Amino acid sequence: MQLSRDELLKAYRTMAAARHFEESVFENFSDGKIPGFVHLSAGQEATAAGVYMSLDERDWIATTHRAHGQCIARGLDLQETMDEIYGATTGVCGGKGGSMHIADIEKGMLGANGIIGATGPLAVGAGLSARAKGDDGVAVAFYGDGGSNQGLIFEAYNMANIWKLPVIFICEDNGYAEATPSSYSVAGSQVARANGFGMPGVEVDGFDFFAVHDAMREAVERARNGEGPSLIHIKTARFYGHFVGDAQTYRGDGEIDKLRAEKDCLNLFR
Amino acid sequence: MKSYRAAINEAMAGEMRRDASVIVMGEDVSGGTGAPGEDDAWGGPLGVTKGLYTEFGSSRVLDTPIAEGGFIGAAAGAAVTGMRPIVDLMFVDFLGVCFDAIYNQAGKFRYMFGGKAETPLVVRTMYGAGLRAASQHSQTLYSLFTHVPGVKVVVPSNPYDAKGLMIQSIRDNDPVVFFEHKAMYDDEGDVPDEAYTVPFGEANVVREGDDVTIVAIGKMVHLATQAADNLANEGISCTVIDPRTLSPLDDETILEEVEATGRLVVVDESHPRCSMAADISSIVAQQAFKSLKAAIEKVTAPHCPVPFAPELEDLYIPKVEDVEAAVRRTMA
Repeated sequence: MQLSRDELLKAYRTMAAARHFEESVFENFSDGKIPGFVHLSAGQEATAAGVYMSLDERDWIATTHRAHGQCIARGLDLQETMDEIYGATTGVCGGKGGSMHIADIEKGMLGANGIIGATGPLAVGAGLSARAKGDDGVAVAFYGDGGSNQGLIFEAYNMANIWKLPVIFICEDNGYAEATPSSYSVAGSQVARANGFGMPGVEVDGFDFFAVHDAMREAVERARNGEGPSLIHIKTARFYGHFVGDAQTYRGDGEIDKLRAEKDCLNLFR
Repeated sequence: MKSYRAAINEAMAGEMRRDASVIVMGEDVSGGTGAPGEDDAWGGPLGVTKGLYTEFGSSRVLDTPIAEGGFIGAAAGAAVTGMRPIVDLMFVDFLGVCFDAIYNQAGKFRYMFGGKAETPLVVRTMYGAGLRAASQHSQTLYSLFTHVPGVKVVVPSNPYDAKGLMIQSIRDNDPVVFFEHKAMYDDEGDVPDEAYTVPFGEANVVREGDDVTIVAIGKMVHLATQAADNLANEGISCTVIDPRTLSPLDDETILEEVEATGRLVVVDESHPRCSMAADISSIVAQQAFKSLKAAIEKVTAPHCPVPFAPELEDLYIPKVEDVEAAVRRTMA
C-alpha cells in the first residue's frame, strides 16, 4: 500500500509522540508525581499508528488499559490526556477516570478499560449502532494476548459473525499477560480461533508499521463494505513492565535491550 | 383492565414507534429467528415481547445467542454509541455471567468519563419465587444492583406503574435494571392507552394509617396491603409504602411516614443480609431514631437458597400472616 509523504510523516509523528509521551510518564511516575499505577505502551507504537490511520470520525474504538499511545493516535488533546493521568480536573475525563479509563466519546474513543476482555462486546454494540446509523462506520475492539483468553471475547466473535457486523478485533499480543507469557497461556492460534468463528484473521509483525497498516486497511474495507468482522493478531512487545515499577524478573537476560536495539518500530520505519 | 405483561409490552412498543433508536435484544425475545417455524414464536420466554418482532423486524428485535456477558456488554456498547437498547436478562439469577457489563461498564461510563457519556440502557429481568423454579431461577436480587452507584433499580408492583416506569426507564439516560416478578404477569389493573411516565425516586403511599408504617417492595406490596386490611379489623391502622424504585430511593417519604407512626415493618422477598430490608431499616434507625416507639421489624425470606420442594418453597416466601405478626410485635 503506497502512502503519501504526508501520511508517512503523520504516522512517524504519531509514533514518536507516543514514545515521548510514555517516556515522560515513566520519568514523572518514577519521581512520584503521578498517582496510582500506569501501563506504558512504549514499543507498541506501530499498533497505534498503523491501526488508527485507517479510521475516521465515524468509527468507534474500545481499548485496553495500555492505551496512552492509542489516545494520541486518535487525536485526543495531548495536554488533556496527560492531565487525566495526573488526576487533574483539566483532564479529558476531569480526573475521574485516570490512566486506565481515558475516554473521549466525542472522538469515538469508548475508553481504555480496566476489565480484560470487556472491549469485545462493547465493540459489537458499537457495531450495531454503526449499522443502525448507516454511515459505514466500523467498531474496533482491542485486547491483549491475556484478554484473548476471556470468554467474553469468544462471545463477541460469535455475535459479530452471526450478525455480520462491521467490527475489527485487534489482538495486540505483547507477549505477556501481566507476567505470564502468551506462549504458555494461549492454546491454538489467534488466527485459527477467528477462523473457527467463520471470520478471516491475519497475523502481522507489530514492529512494522506498514504490516499493521496494510492489514488494518484491508479489514476496514471489508467492514465498510458490509462483509463482516475480521481479526488482526499483532505480534509486538513492550519496552517496560506490565506497570511502572514491575521488576520484570520474568523476562530473559538482555530481552529488553535486544528489543530496543533490533525491534524499535521508530528505527524500522525509517 | 390490562395485565402487567401487556402494560410492559405496550410501553416498549410505544417507545419503539416513537424513537427509532430503541431496540430490543435478548434470548428468544422473538424466538424462531432463522428457524423453519414462525418468527416471534415465543415473544420472550413468558411472552412479554410478543409482537415486537412482527412490527419492528429483525434489525430492531434481535434474538441473541445464550451469551449474557456478551450480549449485555454489546447492549452497553450500543447504548453509549447512540442506541437505546432494552436487553432481556431473562432470569436475574443469570447476572453472575454478565454483571461486569452492568456494574463496571454501563454503570460507570458517565462518572469515569467525566460526565460526557450517556448510557441509556434498560436491562429487563425476572425475579421472585413461587413458580417451583428452584434455586437458580427464583431469586430476588435487586439489592445487588442497588449497591452500585450509577445503576438505577426499578421494581414495579402493579400494571399501571409497570407501564409508566418502563417508559421512564427507556427515556432515562442512565442504565436501569427493571425487575418484573414472574408470578405477577397476569395481574390486572387500569392502564391508560396513552404514554405516561412514573418518575424515579417517588414512592407511592398506597394507604395511610396512624400506627405502623409498612414499606414493601414489588409483589410484597400486595401482602402488605392485605395484612393492613386484616389488621384494620383489629383496630391497628397501617401506612403502606411502595418505593417503586430502589435506586434512587425516596427515603424522604419513608422517613416522614415513620416519623408520623413511630413504627416500621419492611417486607422484602429477598434474603435478609445486606438487603433492601436491612438498608431501609438502617436509614430509618439512623435518621428517625427519636421517632421510633418500637424496634424495627423485617419480614424477609430466610438466609437460604430458594428450595424446590413445593412445601419448602411455600415456607420460604413471606406470607400475609408473617407481616401481620411483625406489625403486632411493633405494637406489643
